[in-house]
Amino acid sequence: MREKKPMAVFTFYTTAAAMAMEKLCRERGLPGRLGPTPRSVTSDCGIAWLAPLSDREILENAPGAPEFAGVYEREL
Amino acid sequence: MIYLDNAATSLQKPESVVRAVSEALCSLGNVGRGVNAGSLSAARVVYGTREKLSAFFGGDDPSRVCFTCNSTEALNIAIFGLLGPEDHIISTDLEHNSVLRPLYRLEDRGAALSFLAADRKGCVDYDDLPGLLRPNTRAVVCTHASNLTGNALDIRRIGAFCAEHGLLFILDASQTAGSFPISMTEDNVSVLCFTGHKGLMGPQGTGGMVIAPGVEIRPFKTGGTGVQSHLRSQPEAYPTRLEAGTLNGHGIAGLSAAVDFLNETGIETIHRHELDLMARFYDGVRAVPGVTVYGDFDRERAPIVTLNVGDMDSGEVSDILMEDFGIAVRSGAHCAPRMHAALGTTAQGAVRFSFGYFNTMAEAEAAAEAVRSIAEG
Repeated sequence: MREKKPMAVFTFYTTAAAMAMEKLCRERGLPGRLGPTPRSVTSDCGIAWLAPLSDREILENAPGAPEFAGVYEREL
Repeated sequence: MIYLDNAATSLQKPESVVRAVSEALCSLGNVGRGVNAGSLSAARVVYGTREKLSAFFGGDDPSRVCFTCNSTEALNIAIFGLLGPEDHIISTDLEHNSVLRPLYRLEDRGAALSFLAADRKGCVDYDDLPGLLRPNTRAVVCTHASNLTGNALDIRRIGAFCAEHGLLFILDASQTAGSFPISMTEDNVSVLCFTGHKGLMGPQGTGGMVIAPGVEIRPFKTGGTGVQSHLRSQPEAYPTRLEAGTLNGHGIAGLSAAVDFLNETGIETIHRHELDLMARFYDGVRAVPGVTVYGDFDRERAPIVTLNVGDMDSGEVSDILMEDFGIAVRSGAHCAPRMHAALGTTAQGAVRFSFGYFNTMAEAEAAAEAVRSIAEG
């Protein structure tokens, strides 16, 4: 069983926006990875950006980031 | 075979395109369907291709590059998603049926159409444009270059006309994408529709549209998107807005490699080579007794030479070229009925020679020699 940790969950309106987020973070060395959007956030399908909760602010304010559909805190 | 039907499709592709499709067939999942290594590989390839195409056409937002199967689908989405029965639309006599038939369907629903007329050389007079305006004119929909004569339209001038009069500008770049510079911003294009398999040198089944900021197209298709699955309607955000169903990820991987090839080679280099081939052929046939060449060779143009030999059936000429000389060309109506009417070739059709980057001067000369031989009987 994977140990759960507090995470920031960034959701997007499109897959393209999620891919833009991954590209931005990889280019700038920002933390996180793509993963399934937790069902507790939305029952819709979709790709989310998952990062340690401690990095929420830096990611939320990253210049050039795509529009977020929402930002959530979850134990994942 | 000497392949001179590049206006239909570029049969010869860069090796890198072939490799990219082959590799994609062995590695790509489905974009946005689940979050596994396969689907993410596909999503990265597709998003990267959006970025490349946006930059290639002078756009500034990769999410406004939407993929379709070809330019016909892109034009249908743009025309039916932006225009309605209350609108008046301006087009030209140069158009392919990919523009004409959607417009005619719209006309059947009540829309009004006007066409910028072409003369016997296939040229238009841009000074006629203002006279076509009506209070309800909503858009200009036109090709960048005729697929029959190769004559190019001055899209910078048409774009400026659209900007001046608050019109949408829907551009069919089927014959020019990949060898002509096109800028969404400088040419004031609202929607650029392209196909991937002609001058862009990608696989068939790829194409798309680049959409300017502020242009909101009603979705043509609705269906699976991999996001917002519990919404009853198609999500509003681009590119998902116009991309219901599984994308041609394998083809898009090839298109991505094709754009890399174009950028590395340079579209000016490509265009110059293609025009040199066209000029070599044109010089070899223009004065042959009995041969009639159509189009205007004094202005910017796509690398196409269309001709007839006496009153011979154009299909017969193309058949002789294929069977006796091994030269592949296109005869008939070329899906361009208004252009044929303007040229006076509706009954006879015409024989089109269209050159591509992988053709050689020797091939252009062999084709000219074949035409001379047929004309001499």
